[in-house]
This record gives sequence, C-alpha cells and structure tokens, in this order.
Amino acid sequence: MSILIYTENWDGKFKKLSFELVSYAAAIAKEVGTTVTAISIGKVSEDALKSLGNYGANKILNLADEKYNSLDNKAVSSAVSLAAKEEDAKVVLFAQTNLGKAIAPRVSVKLNAGLVSGVTALPVSYDPFIVKKKVFTGKAFANVKFDTDVKVITLSQNSYELVETENNVVIEAFNPVVDDSYFTTTVLETNKVTGKVLLTDAEIVVSGGRGLKSGDNWGGLEEMADLLGAGLACSRPVSDEGWRSHNEHVGQTGKIISPNLYFALGISGAIQHLGGVSSSKVIVAVNKDAEAPIFEAADYGIIGDVNKVIPQFIEEIKEMKA
Amino acid sequence: MKILVLISNVPDTTTKIRFVGDNTAFDDAGVQWIINPWDELALTRAMEIKEAGGVEKITVANVGTKSTEPTLRKALAVGADDAIRVDAEAKDAYFVAKQLAEVAGDYDVILAGIEASDYNGSAVGGMLAEILDYNSVSAVSGLNIENGELIVNREIDGGVQVLKIGTPVVCVVQKGIAKDPRIPAMRGIMMARKKPLTVVEPVSAEERTSFESFELPPPKAACKMVDEENAKELITLLHEEAKVL
Repeated sequence: MSILIYTENWDGKFKKLSFELVSYAAAIAKEVGTTVTAISIGKVSEDALKSLGNYGANKILNLADEKYNSLDNKAVSSAVSLAAKEEDAKVVLFAQTNLGKAIAPRVSVKLNAGLVSGVTALPVSYDPFIVKKKVFTGKAFANVKFDTDVKVITLSQNSYELVETENNVVIEAFNPVVDDSYFTTTVLETNKVTGKVLLTDAEIVVSGGRGLKSGDNWGGLEEMADLLGAGLACSRPVSDEGWRSHNEHVGQTGKIISPNLYFALGISGAIQHLGGVSSSKVIVAVNKDAEAPIFEAADYGIIGDVNKVIPQFIEEIKEMKA
Repeated sequence: MKILVLISNVPDTTTKIRFVGDNTAFDDAGVQWIINPWDELALTRAMEIKEAGGVEKITVANVGTKSTEPTLRKALAVGADDAIRVDAEAKDAYFVAKQLAEVAGDYDVILAGIEASDYNGSAVGGMLAEILDYNSVSAVSGLNIENGELIVNREIDGGVQVLKIGTPVVCVVQKGIAKDPRIPAMRGIMMARKKPLTVVEPVSAEERTSFESFELPPPKAACKMVDEENAKELITLLHEEAKVL
C-alpha cells in the first residue's frame, strides 16, 4: 500500500505545487502508516528528482520517455494508473491544475476510484474518508465522503504548507507498457514564455483592472512584479479589451489562483473576479471607488488613484529590499 | 463531422449561496438556472465551426430531471440541432459520465466545459473519455477543423500549444474557446420548440463519492484602510504585520 503523487515540472524543475503535494501526501502517509511514491514524467535532473525526497517522498518513479511530451491524456493516464497498481496506491494525488484536471478523472475511472477535486486541506476523517473541497467557485465548501477503496484527489494550489524532512529517497526508472495507439496528438507549435514567474505557481501576484485606464499604463505593475518576483495578472475587462493577453486573466472564467499575496489594483471586484482570487491568503485592494466590492474581500485597502499609489509602492518596496 | 456538447444546468453565477437541511443541501429556492458558462462557450464555438462548414450536426446532452429542460431548450435556441436528456438526478461525476457514455458513442468530437460552476468537479469530460476509451485533450482554448482534421489550442504553463489530434476525441474547453456566448434570438427560441429533445432512461451506476455537508467560508475581518498619500505604510504593514513581504 502507498500514496502515489503525480508531480508537475516546468523548464526541467519541479513546480512548487509538486513539493506541496509531497508534503501533503507525507502527512497522510504518517497518519495511515504508509509510504509516498511520486511519479515524474518528462526530463528532470537527478538533483531535482532527489529534491522531492526533502519533503517526504520515499520513492520516485522516473518516466523520461520523450513520447510523453505530447501529453496525450490517454497515454499519460495509462502510465499513471499502471504506477498506481504497481505501488498498490490507495490514494492518488494530483494538483488542481490544467494537467491534474486532465489526468485525474481518467485515472479514477481506470482504478474504479472516486474522485474529489479542489481539496483544500488534510482529510477531515480517515474512516470514513472525508475531504473538504471548494464548491461554487470558492463561495462555499463541501465535505465529501469517498465510497471507494482507492481515492483520487486533486489538491487546490497553495492549500498546504511545504514541510521539509530528512529522507532517503530511491529513484527508479519507470517504463510502463502503454500501447502506441494511445498517442494520437501531434504538437504543431509551442509558444511559451520561459524564465518568467508562472501565474498559477506565484506566491505574489500583481493584478491590474480597468482602473489603470489603458494597456499603456502597465509599466508600474511590471516593475512591481519584477521587484517582488511576482506573477502578473489582470481582470476580465482588461483581457477582453486586449490590453493584456488572456493568459493573464484571473477570475471565475480565467485562471483560479491562490497566492500568499494578491494586489488588486484598479479592480472593482465583481463576484466573478473574486471567484478566481478569493482563496489568496492576503488581498490588497486599491480602488478610487470606496463602494467597490473588492474592499469586502480585501485585508488591506487604499481608496485612491492607482496611478498615484503604484509609484509609492515601488519606492517603498525598493527601500525594503535595499 | 458530428459534435456533441455536454450541458450542465447550474445556478446563475451571481446566486447567493445558501444551504438547507442542516447544511446538507443547496438551497435552490428562487434560483435562476443557466447553461454552465464554459458549456455555453463550447456550444458557441461549435456553432461557429458549423457555420464555416464541415459539421453535420450539433447535439447537446445533459443528465437531469425534467426541471432542467428549459436549459436544454435554451441550448437549442442558441442553435444546437437536437438535444438528449438522461432522465436522472445528477449524482457524482462518475454517475453522470456513465450516463453520457450511453448516448455519446456516435459523435466525432465531444465538447465539455472545464468545470461546472456549482460543484467544480472538473471531471465529467475526462471520465467520459476514459469510459469510451477515447483520447482527450484538456485546457482547450481554440478549436478548428482544417481539411477534415481537428486542430486545437491547448493552454500550457506559460503559453499555448497548437495540436493536431485524432478523432473521436473529448475536448475539455475553457476560456478563449469563444469570445462571447451567443444569446438566443427570437427566431431561435421559436425554432427551439420544434427541435427534437429525446429523453433517455438512465443506466445503473454506483455513486463513488457523496456530499456529507456544506459550509460557508468564515466571515472576513474588516479591510484595514490606509490613506492614499500614505501608501508606503501599506507595504510596511504587509512586511511587518501580515508578514507576506
């Protein structure tokens, strides 16, 4: 018996959420008396693989076959399910990300397992196995009971602290037998930025709304984000207007994020926007309208003009960093 | 090519969320029901592709009781050719996927929204693909048919990929797939009344998860305000009080 984790990497390194998953799994493993195995798909260095051990992984299954780079959901799900069976995994853990959402449902069917997605904390109880998840896009929570022997969980990002531990980790090459016919995707083109902070992985996010008045006024936000090592985001009207790419849109229909610190600058905070950011640990709002709903969700606020406030923020951050 | 669009019937996204029965059930009193926003965008894109040629038929399908029919009629009014309703209370995602698998076998492309805005399961599309033994592609933000082949945009970390993918396939779609959802025109609403809506009996499927109870988030402490002229102080508070900088 074991707990299996599906890890994610980017640019050859594990994303922070992978360490979160390992920490979370290690806590469950301790409770139920079992071990943690992580599967890594793609090219990751030996050192990076070992780093998963620092958070409590006992074993790494390293699947480096380049066939999987096209991310055929059917093939990846088969590989993960084979690993789960080989490890006799009773809990299979994913992050609530594009990848996790793509693979977890398929794996749950293969393993005759129940699936609960968007889990926000350690299980409420182990027998019966009950977990808490977000529903209504963060406006409420539900306690959900598993009625199956094997459980598949996707964990909301940033809902569990990283816990470091001393651990010897075993790395094994993993070469599952997956039928060639499962690979039907051809990647024609890949356009991605590298060397930038991933919005969904960022601990701090600087986000701008209509209050900025124009896409030309983003210089201050970009400077703030650079200084803080933060991700850049925007509200829906901003991406609809084409001021910023829709990749940066956070909200109910955009990306759902939960950083430690979220700066909502010139964002009024429509309920759909809050749906995507409300689980941020600390929210800072700057808006000239005192009645803007963002102030109900925010922890710190300034009623005023963003274009006057941002330069002051930048100056103070520079001083603080100095 | 035939397209099936999965439709979830959800409370309007501005609904005030409340629970009844000692917090064991969602309070649907007075709730307006809508097509799940992502499903609506999927349907819109399916219509756009059909108008460009190369699509024979668009069907919409859901699992729900008779009370969900207005939502299916709305999808017909937007422009779907016909509708299928599996007559059952939608239980967990596996139950729903199992029902849809019974009616989805005849389509080349199945479109599902990335999640339903009520229980945020993000599961039915992927489960359906697995039950049907089809490939699936998730985080789809663009969909085109070129020379009879399916070309999709897939959102990846920090960017986007363009893929050619074999059919039959389940595409789980998200923001970007269509710009604005279509609003049914009066003519569409009139025509929708005459379009076929087939009601199908459910098959048996076990429930694998069940809701025990619901809770609302704890009320948030009041927002601490800082003067505009004194914006620097806010950064200090983030550093010293909130300890997030």
